[in-house]
Amino acid sequence: MPGKFTVNVRRGDGYAVLETGSYLNQTAGEELFNRFNDLLEEGYTDFIIDMSKTKIVNSIGISILIEMLEKLRERKGRLIFCNLSNVISKTFKIMGLTQYAEVYPNEKEAITALRGEG
Amino acid sequence: MTSRCLEKVIELTIPMEPNLELVAAEAASTIAQLMCFDEDEIDEIRMATIEACLNAFEHSKSPDRRVYIAFRVCKDKLELRVTDHGRGFNPAEVKPPDIRNAVKGGRKRGWGLKLIENLMDEVRIETGSLGTTVIMIKMKG
Repeated sequence: MPGKFTVNVRRGDGYAVLETGSYLNQTAGEELFNRFNDLLEEGYTDFIIDMSKTKIVNSIGISILIEMLEKLRERKGRLIFCNLSNVISKTFKIMGLTQYAEVYPNEKEAITALRGEG
Repeated sequence: MTSRCLEKVIELTIPMEPNLELVAAEAASTIAQLMCFDEDEIDEIRMATIEACLNAFEHSKSPDRRVYIAFRVCKDKLELRVTDHGRGFNPAEVKPPDIRNAVKGGRKRGWGLKLIENLMDEVRIETGSLGTTVIMIKMKG
C-alpha cells in the first residue's frame, strides 16, 4: 500500500522539477497539483515531471496531469516528462498526452530542452 | 479456437476501498511473473487490472461493494475476469475520451476502458442489470 504521498520539488533557474512517488493515483495527483499551483503562484511556468520513482499510474492520476497541462497552456508554459517507464510512456501515447507534453529520457535532457540547447 | 488452457483458476475478492486495487494488481503481477511474461507485459497487465477495478469502484454502484477477480492461467495466455454486482451499463453510451477537448477545459476522466483495450490483447465486456464482467486476455509470446 502506498504510504504518505510526497512530491519532491527542486527549483531550477526558471523552471521547477516535481518528482512523483511510487503510485500516481488520485491522492498523489492532488498533492502534485497543489505543489504545482504553489509554484505557479511563485511565478514558475516551466515544469519537469520526474517520474523515475513512479512504478504505477492510474487514469485518475493522469487526469490531474491533464489539468496541469490545461493550466500551462493558458499561461504559455511547458510541461515536460522524464524518466518514464515503458508502460507509462505507452499509456501517455495511448491517451495522446505526448501531443501536448514533451518526453525526455532523463532530467538532464529535459533541462537542456527547456533551455533551448537541444 | 482451441486454447491450451491448464484450467488453473485463482480467485480474489476485494472490497471497493481506496488503494485496494493494488492488491488485485499485485496478484496479477505475481501470476504473470510465474507465467514468464516479460517485464513490460507484466506492467501492462498490472495497469489494466487497476483500471478495471477502478471502473468497478467508481461506476458500478454495487450494493455489496466488492470486486471479484478470477485469473485463469493457460499455457498460451492469461485471462482476467473482473466482476462487480452493480447496475451494469450500456457500452454504446460510453463517450470516448478525447485529449484535444480535455486540455481545453473538457472532460478529463473516462480513460479506463480505452487504456485496458490498448494494453491487453483481447477485451470483452459482459454487462447487465446483475453486474458487469470485464474479460481481459494477454497472450504469451
